[in-house]
This record gives sequence, C-alpha cells and structure tokens, in this order.
Amino acid sequence: MQQLIYFIKKFRYFLLFVLLETLAIIFTIQHHTYHTSKFVNSANSISGGIYNKMNSINEFFLLKTENKLLIEENIRLKNLLEQKIESKNVELFSVNDSIKYFQEYEYSLAKIINNNFTKRNNILTINKGTKQGLTTDLGVINSNGIVGVIESISTNFSTVISILNENSNINVRLKKSSHFGTLTWNGESYTTTQLNDIPRQAIIMVGDTLITGGKSAIFPEGINIGIIKDFNFENNQYKQINVSLFNDMSSINHVQIVKNLLKHEQRSLEQHTINE
Amino acid sequence: MNNLILSNSLRFIGLVLLQVIILNRINLFGHLNPLVYIVWVFLFPIKKEKSLFLLASFLLGLTIDFFSDSGGINAAATLFIAFIRLPILKAILRKSDFDYYLFNLRAISFDKILLYITTLTVIHHFIVFSLEYFSFNAFTTIVSNAILTSVFTIILSILGILFFVKKK
Repeated sequence: MQQLIYFIKKFRYFLLFVLLETLAIIFTIQHHTYHTSKFVNSANSISGGIYNKMNSINEFFLLKTENKLLIEENIRLKNLLEQKIESKNVELFSVNDSIKYFQEYEYSLAKIINNNFTKRNNILTINKGTKQGLTTDLGVINSNGIVGVIESISTNFSTVISILNENSNINVRLKKSSHFGTLTWNGESYTTTQLNDIPRQAIIMVGDTLITGGKSAIFPEGINIGIIKDFNFENNQYKQINVSLFNDMSSINHVQIVKNLLKHEQRSLEQHTINE
Repeated sequence: MNNLILSNSLRFIGLVLLQVIILNRINLFGHLNPLVYIVWVFLFPIKKEKSLFLLASFLLGLTIDFFSDSGGINAAATLFIAFIRLPILKAILRKSDFDYYLFNLRAISFDKILLYITTLTVIHHFIVFSLEYFSFNAFTTIVSNAILTSVFTIILSILGILFFVKKK
C-alpha cells in the first residue's frame, strides 16, 4: 500500500496525462461512431449563443444573395402553380373536402448558425431545438437540395450531420429509372459527392439527375440532389460515380426541416414484420 | 502571481474566441484554417505545478472541440504538446535546469523560438489531422494538410508573439 501511494505520487503527472489523453481519445472515437449519445457538440447554450450572435452579423451582409435565392424559388413555384391550373378543370374541384387532404410531411424553417464544409466530417448547427418541436433523425433540406440529417439536439439548438460527412448515407435514385443507391462523400471536394451501390444493370450517363429515393423515412421522394459528373465502368461494375451537387454547401443559410408524420407507423410496422 | 493567473485566463478566452469566430472561417485555398489557439501553450509560464497546466491545456482543446463539433481531437493534441513541452524546451535550450520563474519567450534568441514553435506545431497538427481522418488510406492527405496548416499557423503565431508579447 505504501509503495502504491509512493508510485502514484511519483508518477502523478504522467498518470494525469494518460487519464486525460484516454478521455480525449474516447470522445474522438465516439465522434467517429454514428448515433451514440455525444457529450461534445455545439448544440449547447454557450457555443450556440455565440454562433447565433455571429450569424446575425453575417446575415446582414448576405441579404442580397438570400433575396435572390428566394425570388428564384418563388418563380419556380409560381411556374408550377401555373402548370397545375392549366392542366386541371378548376370548376370541377370547387368543393374542398378536408377528409381528402392527407399530410405526410411537415416543413418548418430554421437557420444555419455554424456552417462547415472543409473538414473530413462536417457538422452544422441550426437555431431550432426541442422547444420548437424538433427531434433527432429529421431531414434538413433547402431550395436547391438536401443538406443533412439532425443528430444531437438541445433546447434551442441542434447539430446536423452534413451530407459532407463520412457517416452520411442517403438513399437516392435516378430520376429517369427507379434504380437506387447510396450517396456518400469521400472528403475531397465539397461540390462533389459519390454514388455507391448502384446495380450494374442500371444504365447511367453523364448528366443524369439524381433525386432522393424516399426509402429512408427521413426525406420525401423527389428532392433534387445533383447530376452525375463522371464515372468508371470496370469489370461490369460501376466504380466511383461522382455527383456534382446542385447545392452550394459553402453558402447555405436558411433551411427547411422535414418531419415525416407517418414515420412511427412505418417503423413499427417494419419492426413488427422483422420480428415475426 | 495573481496578475499571471488573470493574464493567462484572459489570453485563454481571447484565443478561443479568435479561433472560433475568425480563424475557423478563413478557408485559405479552400480548406486551410490555422489553429493559432495553441499559442496559449507556448506562452504559459513554466512552473513546478505542472498538473494545473495539463488540465488547462486539456480544457483549452475541449473548448475548441465543443465549438467545432470534433469529438476530442483538439483536446488530445493540445494535451500531448503540453506534456512534451518541457522536455523539448530543455533539449532546445541545452540547459539541464534553467530558471523557471524568469522564463520569457522573447528573451530567447529568434532561431530557438522558431525551432520550439515549429516542433510543437507540427506535432500538434499531425495529431489533429490523423484523428480527424482516422484512416491509414488518407495518409498523404493527413501529411499534406498538417504541413500546409502548420506553415500558416507558425507564421501567424510568430507574428502574434512579436506584436503582442512584451520584451523584458
């Protein structure tokens, strides 16, 4: 016992170092593992508050581009509206029966207060949390495409796993056929992501559009993602399909949170089927 | 003594804010962000009470991690350079036992400061990028990122020290 105390006293500096270093490595490993409860994240009131303050200053300088994006989206939506009116006979649809409406997805607005796109694993912070009714595993999109999936959440802030992250796997499909694959990122350029697991009988060409597949219960089907930039076809298999994103991940500000209202129903049914 | 605690605490807060508000957003050539917050470790006075220094360095790294959502990457690297700082300083100055209380970085000749800062910065950045990429396949990316970012950090740290640290 005496010797043990002497040993600890003699090496206490080194032991403290080993202890703290182990703690840091544990945090790092947790960070690299998807979906574990994390202690170190920026969805806390101090860092979230500072990022919020900074963002309100930055936002002032971005008003012009933000306005332009909104106008562009407005024009796109207006054009869609015009097409609908033309294609349907309006007089026949004059009765609004509330039972006919069936809502599957609910959208809400949030603002990115900390954007990252240069690291290997990029995580964003947004200014909404449990207080505004968000939960984990909700999709985050904007007018140009998808941004990521909510991971950690606090009262007023949440962190989002960006699509520029090695833990991000998003179900996507080709717009022209129903072949689907997984969207990942190799960490090289923030304008390009990779499409994996596409079956070899799918015919793809440079310039094909990719949209979300709607098989994940997070994103609705049909959100534009990007176009195929280039690919290799070796040994009857697709290798390294590069997708250039519609979204400029370096300048995203306002985003929409997608909540799937039927997710629990779908998940519990799937769970039930697996258990049988 | 109290003056030392106050100045080091202020430097801690100042460097963290500088790092997270300005330097993490520079993105030189698309992806380079200098990690200048480690200047705090270079400038901390050398004392016999080393445990406090280790704890504070760990905390410094962890604060940066909280802001940049990076797990414990910066904490691990900063703690490591804090641990090896004294042996490296001893090796560079070639003194077995130098005066602890009169240590001032500006009192040492410039080439020795440069060597001291370069060694610690390169080690720190190498640990940061290895833990960030966490894979052997990305070895070349890790080395190139570590070296390029180190150059950036070293230039900014030396300029900062020359401008803001008083010469005795």
